[in-house]
Amino acid sequence: MKMTVTELKKIAATLRLNIVKMVGVGQKGHLGGSCSLSEIVSVLYFYKMKHDPKNPKWDDRDRFILSKGHAALIQYAALAETGYFPKAEIENVKKLGAMLQGHPDMTTTPGIEGNTGSLGQGLSMACGMAAGLKVDKKSSKVYCIIGDGEIAEGQIWEAAMTASYYKLDNLVVFLDMNRLMATGPIIERYDTNPLNDKWKAFGWQVYDIDGHNIQEIIDTLEKAESVKDKPKIIIARTIKGKGISFAENNAAFHNGELTKEQFESACAELNKVN
Amino acid sequence: MKFQNPRQVYGETLLELGRENEKIVVLEADLGKSTMTVLFEQQFPERFFEMGIGEANMTSFAAGLSLTGKIAFTNSFAVFAAGRSFDQIRQGICIPALNVKIVGSSAGLSDFGDGATHQSVEDMAIMCAIPNMTVLVPADGTETRKMTRKIAEYNGPVYMRINRHDLPDIFPEDQDFIIGKPYLIRDGHDIVIFANGIMVSKALEAAQELEKENISVRVVNVSSLKPIDEDEIKKFAKGMKGIVTAEEHSIIGGLASVIAFILRGNAIPHIPVGINDRFGQSAHNYDELLTEYNLTNKDIVNAVRQVLG
Repeated sequence: MKMTVTELKKIAATLRLNIVKMVGVGQKGHLGGSCSLSEIVSVLYFYKMKHDPKNPKWDDRDRFILSKGHAALIQYAALAETGYFPKAEIENVKKLGAMLQGHPDMTTTPGIEGNTGSLGQGLSMACGMAAGLKVDKKSSKVYCIIGDGEIAEGQIWEAAMTASYYKLDNLVVFLDMNRLMATGPIIERYDTNPLNDKWKAFGWQVYDIDGHNIQEIIDTLEKAESVKDKPKIIIARTIKGKGISFAENNAAFHNGELTKEQFESACAELNKVN
Repeated sequence: MKFQNPRQVYGETLLELGRENEKIVVLEADLGKSTMTVLFEQQFPERFFEMGIGEANMTSFAAGLSLTGKIAFTNSFAVFAAGRSFDQIRQGICIPALNVKIVGSSAGLSDFGDGATHQSVEDMAIMCAIPNMTVLVPADGTETRKMTRKIAEYNGPVYMRINRHDLPDIFPEDQDFIIGKPYLIRDGHDIVIFANGIMVSKALEAAQELEKENISVRVVNVSSLKPIDEDEIKKFAKGMKGIVTAEEHSIIGGLASVIAFILRGNAIPHIPVGINDRFGQSAHNYDELLTEYNLTNKDIVNAVRQVLG
């Protein structure tokens, strides 16, 4: 039974609440770029992807690679809520010896498909996975999320060429266009635009959507499936820190700390959605 | 003496492995006619990935292939394999210990004409520094074949550097290659030479020369630089009057450093033969370059005489 849009909205708020809990009080944490992905990740893990939390290595699963690995908290939230590991693990994030590391680590965390965090590399890995699945004639898909700051990495464009050259139509990429890099607005500091034209020029099928509109995410993923012989990218216009008023569009919360008051206010705001 | 070309042997072995195991996939950065992956490409185009001149992407792409159960071999010149892809190897392959084989061809000074940009003097130092990495250098064609087969069986990241030129066969055909094991190639009781790659055959020539002076030389092939059986190294050094290391690599971070570290606190004098913290340069032939960089059998002979005092 597929979840409804209303249910997925609640899931997105729950994932954000988990993110806030993982950031905690007085500790640095990648809040902004995790919250901008909540709807996309909710749709992928709770609606779209074929996966089995009780059998993370299931051969026929779809794959997910978070190329912008610093947003690990959103993936941890989804893995915890879908049951890859006990929810209590989120309390131990980044503690010495913890399963949940600062960036995704497949050796410690069930459900993580590859090690990312050094930006620009995850998309190449996702391409390799998509190519490997094609060699094996598998119908599994590969989903990958990259950031609009991340695409300054040259390797992203090497991978972009590879994906279209090898016609990786089993690869769907979300570009989290939250318009803020760690130190401020992308258009002021290191403009990576225009996005649509660049990806079109590299041979990709490009979609441009509101990354917080669950129905639009679902519909676009559906549309993308009918396109053959080329990779697909969904440019998702998002708000960094989405769902937490004081953190929205605020680069300070790229990897910032929350005060006790901010923590409580964020929790209250997110609890209201549910 | 029989000569074989290690890269030709490597290409033929990949082809054999491709026939035996459909999990073998090969990635290339537009140097297939040099690295000899062209042999695999002709036979198994669906398992061969031309990645263009993009080593970083090739390396992370190989990580992705290995995540779908493939045994991936990436190919480039050693200087690019270890240099341009360092971060991709470190982050995406070695942290999770993925089953990817990084093969650095035309290693050391063996691409003599192309000069400093194409000659790797520090690739093994870079690769040895990464946790979970295995670092290998075959001494000849026979060892190249055995090593290539072994690393395909071994589950984990490996860096293997291969010489461009024909090398004399010194690795016994009936000897297994075991990762981590140093091989006694010639026994002696005065001096031990620890060598790898092309320098093993040069060490053997030096040993023959020194025999005429009644200096008895033991030669050990340290083709597995990491991991390395430290007890075996200590055993081979025990009771010797001197130690010489010989490598076609910088004396910083390669064989000289590894041996000196294992034998630290041991009073045996040690003279390293290797590239003395310099970049390479162009030359019209390989021997001319090996002479310029003090990498000949004569240099080893001199080092032995020197270490004997």
